[in-house]
Amino acid sequence: MEIIAQYGSVFLIMACLFGFFMAWGIGANDVANAMGTSVGSRALTIKQAILIAMIFEFLGAYLAGGEVTSTIRKGIIDPQVMEDQPQLMVYGMMSALLAAGTWLLIASMKGWPVSTTHSIVGAIVGFASVGIAVDAVNWGKVGGIVASWVVSPVLAGTISFGLFMSVKKFILDTDDPFSRAKKYIPIYMWMVGFMISMVTMLKGLKHVGLDLDLGLGSKFANAIPVSALVGLLVAFFGAMLLRNIKDDQDPDNRFASVERVFAILMVFTACSMAFAHGSNDVANAVGPLAAIVSTVQSGGEIAAKSVMPWWILLIGGLGIVIGLATYGWKVITTVGRKITELTPSRGFAAELGAAATVVTASATGLPISTTHTLVGAVLGVGFARGIAALNLRVIGNIFMSWVITLPAGAGLAILFFFLFKGIFNP
Amino acid sequence: MAGRNTLGSLFGRSPIGPIQEHMQVAFEAAEHLPELVQASADEDWNRAKEIYKAIIESEKNADKMKRDVRRHLPKSLFLPVPRSDLLVLVGIQDQVANTAQDFASILMGRDMRFPEKLAPAVHELTQTSVACCGQALAAIQELDELLEVGFSGREVKRVEAMLNELDKLERRTDKQQFNLRRKLFKLEDELHPVDVMFYYRATALLGSLADCAEKVGDHLQILLAK
Repeated sequence: MEIIAQYGSVFLIMACLFGFFMAWGIGANDVANAMGTSVGSRALTIKQAILIAMIFEFLGAYLAGGEVTSTIRKGIIDPQVMEDQPQLMVYGMMSALLAAGTWLLIASMKGWPVSTTHSIVGAIVGFASVGIAVDAVNWGKVGGIVASWVVSPVLAGTISFGLFMSVKKFILDTDDPFSRAKKYIPIYMWMVGFMISMVTMLKGLKHVGLDLDLGLGSKFANAIPVSALVGLLVAFFGAMLLRNIKDDQDPDNRFASVERVFAILMVFTACSMAFAHGSNDVANAVGPLAAIVSTVQSGGEIAAKSVMPWWILLIGGLGIVIGLATYGWKVITTVGRKITELTPSRGFAAELGAAATVVTASATGLPISTTHTLVGAVLGVGFARGIAALNLRVIGNIFMSWVITLPAGAGLAILFFFLFKGIFNP
Repeated sequence: MAGRNTLGSLFGRSPIGPIQEHMQVAFEAAEHLPELVQASADEDWNRAKEIYKAIIESEKNADKMKRDVRRHLPKSLFLPVPRSDLLVLVGIQDQVANTAQDFASILMGRDMRFPEKLAPAVHELTQTSVACCGQALAAIQELDELLEVGFSGREVKRVEAMLNELDKLERRTDKQQFNLRRKLFKLEDELHPVDVMFYYRATALLGSLADCAEKVGDHLQILLAK
């Protein structure tokens, strides 16, 4: 208790710095994967992609990021084990942030495939099991998280496969794909609006302080009609945008105009992807920070119930935006240049499949890897014979990133944990 | 930091564009043959030499492109069509260029000039054989549209219609080749025997050029079969 009273403000400042560092890393590297598909398929320019990322990453984090944040903050470790020594929680979360941030920096300089989620989860499990006690880790929950890492790419792949098959059947393989595209694409836009609205209604509105009750019984039942209406508005807005697209008959590529219709749809799915990414990945930086802040502010009580102060999210959001502005745009451009094979009719299916999966995981509080989910989604489109060439070595890389990132994050966190303990403990 | 990126490295180089370009170059080698036959009929050997050079150049380019396509099709690639079929397809496409060059080099090597009485039939056969190659190229040009619709449905039917057209053209070359041989047979006594031998060789090569084009079509169909 005395340690926290003595060093409280030092801890706060350090935690904010580390949290910001981590958020910067997410903005610089991770967002590129979420937005790269849209830039690669030329649905968005780099500037538009960054603007969408800034707005929707923040909205996603703020409106739907609560569950994952709380998992990172108090789901993986059992706070009760540390009740007598709350400073251990502070050291641990600071070392987790620093470890994950450092690891991300090293790995991305070396060009290794890494996941922010895996780094932070590995780091937290590492400091808790070695630095405190093996029992301090909520192994059941960790097992569930690890399982979700396998399930999420498969689920995203399945959804994308279905979406692309529906596009094939209802739009591409018809006599007049262009007018079919104009007719059916608003339905996919509706899905985007409905999905984001559902998650916001179920998970976000209580943050904002709004409570909607149509008297339909459950919260879920209340959210459905409202979300359906929001979806309709989105679809209507999208249909207005589609009206300006003209069919110019290009004899070399009969599908060029159809793809331009899909490019408009991709603006919407890009928003949903940024929203999904914000809802899941911002928690990696914000969760540990929130744990530290609530411990320090309550004077050492590891308060599992306290509300998260709004400015913590602001730090996370700001870090991501600055990461994007300073370095992320470069990575987005590189990623975008490499994936030009992904045309809008495929890119949208991959993005929507991934976004739906990520958003669902966020709503259930599971921290998953957006990048791996997106890879699963792209493979799903590939299995529907939609992509010219996919490099299956990436799947190997993903397994490598599991094998390397988890112990690396854990090892670094353990190192930093004992370092902090040595510095601050009397 | 821009090194390898998980999502960026997921996408391999599409073989579709390079395969189409390869067929284009292979067709260009064949495309010159009617001009070459005309130049030899006119005994304009300077012009013929130029055309021959262009054919050799195209054949060489096609070879290079074939190797390039194969080099960029590693086993780890996941493709919408079987990889082995694509590898074989470029080989067959390459045969179009090779056969065109074989014909041209026989013509050039012997300063060959078909007898006046045969000239119209030779022209006809050359034109139709080249038309076969053109039709095969047109079918290969549909590969990117096929990819766009995921190798299914109407687009497959469209390509199959083009392949039917190719078959028709090839049957026409068979008939023309037969007629040409009959004419040649009747002239045999008037001609130098060694010349006659090579007339038969050259005619056969024009026939195999059309066969090659048909094989390209056949293989495209195998690619589309489920």
